[in-house]
Amino acid sequence: MSEMSAGPAAPHAFVLSPGPHLHVEESTRRIMWWVNGALAPAAIWGVYVFGWNALAGIAASIAGALGAEWLGARMTGRRTTLADGSAFCTGLLLALTLPPRLPAYEAFLGGVFAIALGKMIFGGLGFNLFNPALLGRAFLMASFPLAMTSGWATPRNWFGASLDAVTSATPLAVIKEHGFAAGLAVITSPAGFWNALALGFRPGSIGETSVVLLALGAGALLARRILTLTIPLSVFAGVAIATWHTGVMPIHLMSGGLWLGAFFMATDYVTSPSTVNGQVAFGLLVGLLTGIIRVYGGYPEGICYAILIANAMAPAFDLWFRPRRTAPAGTPS
Amino acid sequence: MSAHGTTPAVSGPPPSPWQLLVNGILTENPVFRLALSLCPAVAVTTTVLNGLILGVAVLAVQVLSSMTVAIFRGVIHPRVRIPVYTIIIAVWVSAIDMTLAAFAPAVYAQVGLYVKLIVAFAIIISRLEVFASRQPLVPSFFDGLGMGLGFLLALVTIGAFRELLGNGSVLGYHVLPSQPLLFFALPAGGFFSIALLMAFFNWLERARGGKPAASGGSHG
Repeated sequence: MSEMSAGPAAPHAFVLSPGPHLHVEESTRRIMWWVNGALAPAAIWGVYVFGWNALAGIAASIAGALGAEWLGARMTGRRTTLADGSAFCTGLLLALTLPPRLPAYEAFLGGVFAIALGKMIFGGLGFNLFNPALLGRAFLMASFPLAMTSGWATPRNWFGASLDAVTSATPLAVIKEHGFAAGLAVITSPAGFWNALALGFRPGSIGETSVVLLALGAGALLARRILTLTIPLSVFAGVAIATWHTGVMPIHLMSGGLWLGAFFMATDYVTSPSTVNGQVAFGLLVGLLTGIIRVYGGYPEGICYAILIANAMAPAFDLWFRPRRTAPAGTPS
Repeated sequence: MSAHGTTPAVSGPPPSPWQLLVNGILTENPVFRLALSLCPAVAVTTTVLNGLILGVAVLAVQVLSSMTVAIFRGVIHPRVRIPVYTIIIAVWVSAIDMTLAAFAPAVYAQVGLYVKLIVAFAIIISRLEVFASRQPLVPSFFDGLGMGLGFLLALVTIGAFRELLGNGSVLGYHVLPSQPLLFFALPAGGFFSIALLMAFFNWLERARGGKPAASGGSHG
């Protein structure tokens, strides 16, 4: 993904040039701010449902990411790229995966790590091997395991009722610990089954809970063709295959950070394969690993590590699923 | 001449002791510049003390092996030199291993496994091959001393970095409240610590007007 810029202004009214004639409309900057806008509803909803702690976490994570981006660009003598929205996007995505009651300074450190060691050290935008936001999350999981797995807040009730900062486990964590029935009880206790799973009135990370709002944002990006459905659908297929035998496949498909990860993280242009077949294989790998980690692994949610592992495989997928040559063999390319 | 192209004058007149010490500690620091013996550098450096003990053991083995090879370099047939070097290293490792077990059993319980593995540390046999097999006793002694000190310094630095950030303590004394960043005490954090310190040493070397790292990609 390269920054596209207009050439020097032509002195004549008409410029004759051989084809192909490309009409450049999209740029990194436009795409990134569209992604940020698409994430905004879920983020605002997270603040509404979980309270001001969530806002502090989001602000701190974005501040950390922007600070690291500015400092990294300064230290390496590169052009500052703050305005292109990519660092903002990393900070926002990271924040949406964090528990609402995580201390703000820890979210800040996560943002710094994500950009400094996840992106700038590889050479900046377009050169990173792994999704920076998820690297930030993995770093926070390793550094603050307690806060990262117990900082959940009980969600606000369906418009109205008090917001007590009582910690409670996420549905996936309860299913992991106490079985499916207990998990269902957690989901339905404040607001009922569909309210919980679709609207997000359930304990969880700041931005993961409302499937409807995530789908809305993803729909806007699909309409603008910033996203395609190839990777997200493959991810869902992979999760469905891996959790089929558990009998609660719909819960797995509707819960956790799956929607956030499948639409907004696995689809990162830089860290996913570029051919359609490669993207299918990549998405299936993400989904299968997510399901396997959720069902058999040590963590209740596995999308973060699944995407990071698949990121490492992305160059291999690009190699194994090369685009077919359309020109006859022997034609100079 | 081997891959370590910047070793000063391996066949000419021997460099001065001071040059050799600086070379081992800074210019060709085994861990930060040559990227040798990274396995133990990650594995044992969760605390300063572990790094210190293993560093001292490696220093002793390196100096003694370099001196031994320098003394016998005239009678070691080139075709069998690698097995002979390995035996020489193994002799000194066994001696150090038994000494530690006898005089510091508590520490030995922590790092004993890695002390035995010093036989296979790439840095030691690499110095024997590159330097001690071609130079007289005194320069070989200082080369071994410089390399051993460089390794010791690297292990202590990494250990201090990781113990401070991962555990909030230095040499077991708590200087920070709680554990600031547990990440750095974990194996993954070990790789990040070494990478960050390596970047710092590269920057330092560039600031001194040196060349980019000579080697790299070596294992052991």
